[in-house]
Amino acid sequence: MASAAKRLDAVPGTPAPQISFDAVTLQLGGKAIIENLSLGVRAGEFLCIVGASGCGKTTALRLAAGLYQPTGGKVNFDGQPMREPRREIAIVFQDYGKALLPWRTAAGNVSLALEAAGMTSAERPARIEELLRTVGLPGHAGKYPSEMSGGMQQRLQIARCLAQEPKTLLMDEPFGALDAMTRQGLQDEVLSLVAASGATVIFVTHDLDEAIYLGDRVIGLLPHPGRIGIELAVNLPRPRDQLSTREHPEFLRLRRQLFDFIKATEQ
Amino acid sequence: MTAGSAKALALPLAVLAAFELGARATHLQSDSLAPPSDIVMALFGAFADLSILAATRDTLFSAFAGLAIGTIIGLAFGIAFGISDTLNRLMEVTVEAIRPIPSIALLPIALIALGFGYRMEIVIVAFACVWPILILSRAAVRSIEPRLMEVARALRLPPAQRVWKIIIPAALPRIFVAFRLSAGIALIVAVTVEIAINPLGLGAGIMLAQQALRPDLMLAYLVWIGAIGYALNVLLVVAQNRLFGRAAVSGDGR
Repeated sequence: MASAAKRLDAVPGTPAPQISFDAVTLQLGGKAIIENLSLGVRAGEFLCIVGASGCGKTTALRLAAGLYQPTGGKVNFDGQPMREPRREIAIVFQDYGKALLPWRTAAGNVSLALEAAGMTSAERPARIEELLRTVGLPGHAGKYPSEMSGGMQQRLQIARCLAQEPKTLLMDEPFGALDAMTRQGLQDEVLSLVAASGATVIFVTHDLDEAIYLGDRVIGLLPHPGRIGIELAVNLPRPRDQLSTREHPEFLRLRRQLFDFIKATEQ
Repeated sequence: MTAGSAKALALPLAVLAAFELGARATHLQSDSLAPPSDIVMALFGAFADLSILAATRDTLFSAFAGLAIGTIIGLAFGIAFGISDTLNRLMEVTVEAIRPIPSIALLPIALIALGFGYRMEIVIVAFACVWPILILSRAAVRSIEPRLMEVARALRLPPAQRVWKIIIPAALPRIFVAFRLSAGIALIVAVTVEIAINPLGLGAGIMLAQQALRPDLMLAYLVWIGAIGYALNVLLVVAQNRLFGRAAVSGDGR
């Protein structure tokens, strides 16, 4: 927070954003994937990004992760330019099957993040057990990813990300490949994990209901090139509930607005 | 033994039996052929005076030492070239210029530089083993799931740990296939060097038997070399299946 305190230009009452996109453009092979995208994400905010396929939402997330460098504009984290990935930013990939190390057990996969952070081997076991318990995988420490269901593998990937003790959690359609029941369970778990840790979240999804259910704010991107088309504040009470939140008039109103937007972009 | 393998053995056994009977009936006199029973007796004789065991030790020592050195060198370069595209492009012409040289063509130079004995043989075996390991480990590193490399970047894994904890384990099933290929090559090259010039090991043994006009002993050596090659491959296939299961076949580490 030291860097935030130094920012004298911040308007009182509106804290400087933790992550900011400043007129960001990304061109790949002469084609603009993202153009002139400006965006600020407050510390502790849950931002959801939706959009049609190929609108650049995953690309935007990778820019936030530092995995891509913008060809124009700036991506800042805590007021500093993002030149490479940082340990306090964790990313949960959609394809958990490819993002986990198949030759390591659940405990070993979580351990990788701790090893990267330089934790000694004496401290690791207790922390691994704690993290696996947090994501609902106690007693699965010795299993290999291939022995786990999709939902369990995604939990494991989330545990590895939590091991980074991230200030920011970037999630790229994390539940896209899971069945509806597993997905709802994990949505609630992510909400409670985030509420407990106070982490900032950028959550990319193509499921509009999911975006409204989870987010404090939802941004809809327009494709070719990717840019912001709609921005909705979600003023729904927390903690959210799978039944009552989804029946809330405000939820239905936002859902209608977002569906109309997506429909319009597809024409 | 299953019925299938018994059936598969029937034809070769019948051929051997026919050859044995034919050789006995015609009182075969030859510098290159001998009845199977004589070959078996010669093999027993060579075991009894320990000569074939000493030769086996010499050949396997050279082959394994060369294989080990070649694997280490090939792996180091293969991984480096697989990681760094720049380095790979820089070295590609050099590699492609040296690689086609038949290892046995180095024999005259190696002989002048190192003389007869283990060292010369080991160098030539190592040279032959470097290339399959280098080429295949380079391909294995390049085909590592890109998502894993992104995970490594996102975790800020230091470069040495990236190689040790991600790249090598992910590429290991395919690297082991390369090692298995090279082990076969090592044995072939070692015996070739011995037959050509180096006075030790199984290759020298087979040459000595030929020059002594002992076709039975010569063929006994041949059978024994075949058995060693076969056993080595079986051993490595079993190790591969035990270590990597199906992953080695699909090569994707899963």
